[in-house]
Amino acid sequence: MTIDLKTVKHISKLARISLDEKKAEKLATDMNSIFEFIEKLNELNTDNVEPLTSIAETTLRFRDDKITSENIREKILKNSPEKNDDFFVVPKVVE
Amino acid sequence: MSEITSLTLYELIKNIKEKKISSNEAAKSFVDRAEKSKKINAYVTENFENCLKLSKEFDDKPNFDLKLPGIPIAVKDLFCTNEVRTTAGSNILNNFVPTYESTVTQNIWNEGGILLGKLNCDEFAMGSSNETSFFGNVQNPIAEDLVPGGSSGGSSAALAANLTPVTIGTDTGGSIRQPASFTGTVGLKPTYGSCSRYGIVAFASSLDQAGPMSKDVKDSSILLEVISSFDKKDSTSIDFKRNNYSSELTRNIKGLKIGIPKEYRVDGMPDEIEKLWKKGIEYAKDCGAEIIDISLPHTSYALPTYYIVAPAEASSNLARYDGVKYGLRSSGKNLIDMYEKTRSEGFGEEVKRRVMIGTYVLSSGYYDAYYLKAQKVRQLIKQDFDQAYNKVDAILTPSTPSSAFKIGEKSNDPVSMYLNDIFTVPVNLAGLPGISIPAGVDKNNYPLGLQIIGKPFDEQTVLNIAYSMEEKINYKNNITDWWMK
Amino acid sequence: MSKNNSEYLIERNDNVYEVVIGLEVHAQVTSNSKLFSSSSTKFGAEPNTQVSLVDAAFPGMLPVINEFCVKQAIKTGIGLRAKINNKSVFDRKNYFYADLPQGYQISQYKYPIVGEGNVILDMPEGQKQVGIERLHLEQDAGKSIHDIDPSNTLVDLNRSGVALMEIVSKPDLRSPDEVNAYIKKLRSIMRYLGTCDGNMQEGSLRADVNVSVRIKGSTDLGTRCEIKNVNSIKFMQMAIIYEANRQVDLIEEGQEIDQETRLFDTKKNETRSMRSKEDAHDYRYFPDPDLLPLEVTDEFIDKLKSEIPELPDDKKKRFIDEFKVSPYDATILVSDIDTAKYFEEVVAKMGKNRDMKLAVNWITGELFAVLNEKNIEIAQSPISAKNLAKLINLIKNGTISGKIAKTIFELMLDGDIDPQIIVEEKGLKQESDPKALEALIDKIINDNREKAIEYKQGKEKLFGFFVGQAMKASGGKANPQLINEILKKKL
Repeated sequence: MTIDLKTVKHISKLARISLDEKKAEKLATDMNSIFEFIEKLNELNTDNVEPLTSIAETTLRFRDDKITSENIREKILKNSPEKNDDFFVVPKVVE
Repeated sequence: MSEITSLTLYELIKNIKEKKISSNEAAKSFVDRAEKSKKINAYVTENFENCLKLSKEFDDKPNFDLKLPGIPIAVKDLFCTNEVRTTAGSNILNNFVPTYESTVTQNIWNEGGILLGKLNCDEFAMGSSNETSFFGNVQNPIAEDLVPGGSSGGSSAALAANLTPVTIGTDTGGSIRQPASFTGTVGLKPTYGSCSRYGIVAFASSLDQAGPMSKDVKDSSILLEVISSFDKKDSTSIDFKRNNYSSELTRNIKGLKIGIPKEYRVDGMPDEIEKLWKKGIEYAKDCGAEIIDISLPHTSYALPTYYIVAPAEASSNLARYDGVKYGLRSSGKNLIDMYEKTRSEGFGEEVKRRVMIGTYVLSSGYYDAYYLKAQKVRQLIKQDFDQAYNKVDAILTPSTPSSAFKIGEKSNDPVSMYLNDIFTVPVNLAGLPGISIPAGVDKNNYPLGLQIIGKPFDEQTVLNIAYSMEEKINYKNNITDWWMK
Repeated sequence: MSKNNSEYLIERNDNVYEVVIGLEVHAQVTSNSKLFSSSSTKFGAEPNTQVSLVDAAFPGMLPVINEFCVKQAIKTGIGLRAKINNKSVFDRKNYFYADLPQGYQISQYKYPIVGEGNVILDMPEGQKQVGIERLHLEQDAGKSIHDIDPSNTLVDLNRSGVALMEIVSKPDLRSPDEVNAYIKKLRSIMRYLGTCDGNMQEGSLRADVNVSVRIKGSTDLGTRCEIKNVNSIKFMQMAIIYEANRQVDLIEEGQEIDQETRLFDTKKNETRSMRSKEDAHDYRYFPDPDLLPLEVTDEFIDKLKSEIPELPDDKKKRFIDEFKVSPYDATILVSDIDTAKYFEEVVAKMGKNRDMKLAVNWITGELFAVLNEKNIEIAQSPISAKNLAKLINLIKNGTISGKIAKTIFELMLDGDIDPQIIVEEKGLKQESDPKALEALIDKIINDNREKAIEYKQGKEKLFGFFVGQAMKASGGKANPQLINEILKKKL
C-alpha cells in the first residue's frame, strides 16, 4: 500500500494540519516506511477473532443525574487565546 | 549520612519522620542540585519557590502519618497541575495553566508530597528518547550526549541525577520502563485501570497508564500505594482491592513460576541482551523461582498493532488542540485556516506523523484493513498472555533491545526508533503490569534492564519478584555529576 | 393499514412522481445534567455558565455516562415499540468545528442502544405505520453565533454535551402531511414518557430531512438529498415541497441529482447546497476508548417497561372503548399528554352522571378556542378541569342551559371562578319549573294567536319564533328542552 502525495494532502486536510510541498513529501516517505512495517499484520488470518473492545474488564459505570458542576465561566475562558467576558471568539467560518 | 539527594524515598521518609531532616532541608537540597544541573534539561517548569514555601509550612505543622510526609517530588509534564504550567512537551500547550489537578498528582499531594516542578518529556508522550520535546533534548546522567529514553525522559534523568527522590511517569508503549532501563533506575507500569487517567494529557486512551519511577523497588511500591486508586471520574478506572504494596513486599518468591517467552528472542538481538536475560534467569532461580519455557506466539505482531492503535486514538485525542479554548493560536483568515496553521505550528514532526497515520488508518475505506484488524490482533496478543498465565505467575524478558543510544543517532529514522519498544509494547496492548529493574551494563557501562510482567492486578507479585532479584543483582548506578563541571 | 389517498404527488408533463421522505429527528433528552458530564442542561442560561471542564474538552478530561439519560433513551425506545439492545457501543464521530470542543462528538454508530420499531400515524384516510430504523444517544454541540460580531464568530458551549436521542425513521413517509403527523406523534410519545419536552422553539426537537423522488409505482429509491437542521414543522414541509420539486425539475431536464447536504433558507423559502464538505463525510468512526461498551440487563429494561405510563395509542383505545369517545375526538384528545390529562380529570370530576359528549365538545370547542386566541397551552388553561367539570355537570343536571353556560364560561376565564358561585351570584339558574314555564308559554301563545294558528296550519318554521319569544320572555333562563316539550304540547 503506497501512500501518494495526493493522499497525504487529503489526510492533512482531514487532520487540519497545513503542509507545504516539502513537508508533504517527507511525510509521504515516512508514512510509507511506517506502513511497510505495519503491513506485517496481513500475515495473520483474523477472520474468526473478535476485536478487543475494552481492555478494562468491566462494563460502563453509571453516574447519577445530579448537577455537580457549577458556573466556572471564568476558569473555562481563562486560557482562551481570544475571548470576551462571555464567549470564546474565533475567526468566521466561510460558508 | 550520605547526601540528602542520594537517599532513596524510603530513607528520606524515615529521616523526615525521625526529624533528622526537615522537609525544607530536603526541598533546599533538591532545588540546589537542580540549579546546578540545568545542562540535563530535565525541568520544563520549576516550582522551586512555592516548593520551599510549602515545605516550611509542612515543617511548621508536620503530619507524619502521611505516606509522603513533606517529600519534594517532581512529576512528568503530562500531569495537569493546578496553577502550574503544563505543556506535555509541546509548543501548542506552551502557555497552558490548568485550573484543575490530575487525580494521580492530587493523591500525592494528599499524602504530603510537595511539587518541585514539571519534568521534560517527548511531545504528547510520543517518543522513545526525549528528542521530540519542544523544550529540547534531555541528557542521560549516565554519560554525556546519551538519550535518557522516552517519553518519560525528563523523569528518568531527574531521578538518576538525584534531582528528585522519586517521580511519576506515564507509559503507553514503554515510556516508563524503557527510560528506566536506559538510566539504571526502576520503573513500573501498573495494570490498565489501576491509576486514574483523569487530568493526564491523553495520548492513547486504551494504553496510557501512570506509574512510579524510583531508585529501587521498595520506593516504587511506596509510591504505587499512593497513586493507585479507584476514580469515578475515569470510566476506565477499575474498583479492585489494592494491596498495601510496600508492607506486603517480600523477597520470598519460592515456588513462583516465571515464564521465559521464546518469541522475545528476536533476530539480530545483541549478545549483551541475550547474556543479560540468561543472567536474569539465573538470578530468578537463585531467588527460588521455577523457570518455565512459554510461548507468546503473536509477539512479533505487537509493534505493528501498537503503531496502528496508538496513533489512531492519538489522532482523535489531539483534535481538541485547535487554538479555540486554550493553548497556542496562530492567526488565520478564517476558522479552517486558523486550525491548520495552529496545529502545523503547534505540533512537532513526530506528533504530526502520528496524527497523520492515525487519521489515515481510521479514514474511509481503511478502517477495516487497519484499525479493526489491529484490534483483532490485540485480542490474540491478550489471549497469548491469558494462556501463558495458566502455567506461570509472571514473565521475565529484557526491557529494551539495547542500551541508551547517542542523541541524534536514531532521530531521522522513525521505524528504528519504534523498535526500541519491542519488548514493552505487548504489555500495554494486553493491559498488564510490568516493571523494569536495572540488571547489568553493556560494554560501555551503560545500564541494561530486565522486565518482569505480571497477571492483571497482580502488581504485588511483580514487585516481589523484582525486589527479590534486585537484592541478588545488587546494581548500583555510578553517577559522576559530569554535567556540573 | 388503508390506502393513502391524500398523497403528495408531483405531475410534470406525463409523469407522476412521488416523494420519499426519511427523517432523522434529534430530540434533547429531559435530564438534570448532561450525557457525559455533570453540568446543568437548563435552557436559556447566560453563555458559558453551564460548561464544565469536561464539556470544554480540557486536557485530561474524561466522559462518565449519566444513567438517567440511558433510561430515557430506553423508555423512548419502548414507546416506539422498538427492540432494546442489551449491548451498545459509543463511537467517536471525528470532525472539526468551533462549537465541537473535543474535535469529535461521542455518538453511537454500529451498535445503537435501540433498534427497529414503529409508530402509527392517524391520517384522515386511515392509519399508517411508519418504521423506525434505530434510536441512539449522542452529545449535542455548542452554539456558534455568527451575527453579533461582524468579523468573528462567538462560541457558547452551554449546549455542548447535552444528551440527544437521534431517532432515524425508515424512508416510509410520502407527504408533508405525513411528516407533520409523524413529528407530532413522536413528540407526543416523548412528552407522555417525559423523555423530551418537544419544545421546538427552544431547540429541543430538530430534524434532518432526507428527500428523494421517483416515478409513482417504482420501487427503486432515487438519489436523496439531506436538508439539515430544520427546526419547525412548517419549515420541514416547505423544505420538502421545494426540494421535491427541484429534484423533479432536474430529472425532467435529464440531469442527475447530486447526493448532497443542503440547508433550508427560511427567508428565501428554498434549499441550497452547503459548501462542499466532502471531507466532512469522513467521520472516521471508531469505538470511544474512554468508554466501555454499555450493557443493560433484561431486568433493567423490564423495570423501565413497568414504569411506562399509558401511551397515546393505548389511551386512545381506552377512550373509545371505555368512554365511548369517537375515534376522531379521541385522536385529538390524546395527541398531547396535557390535553389527555385535562380530559381525564374532567371525566373524573364529573362523577357518576358524567356526559362524555359535553366534555369532549367543551374541551375541543370552547376551551381550545380560548387557548388558541390567547396562544397558550392547556397546561396554562385559565379554567381548571375541576371547574369545567362542574360547569358541565350544571348543564347536565338542568341547572343551566347550554346557552347560559357559554356566558358563565366567559366569566370563569377571569380567575377560574367556580361556576356554581357565578350561577348563584348572577341568578342564572335556568327556569325549569314546568308550571312556571307553562304559564309563560300560555301567555306567549295568547299574545300571538295569529301566529299560533298559522303554525297549526302548517307553517312549521314558526316554531322557532315561539321558542325565541319564550327565551326572551324568560330572560334566556328558560330550560330549552322543556320549552320545546311544552310548546309542542300546546301548539
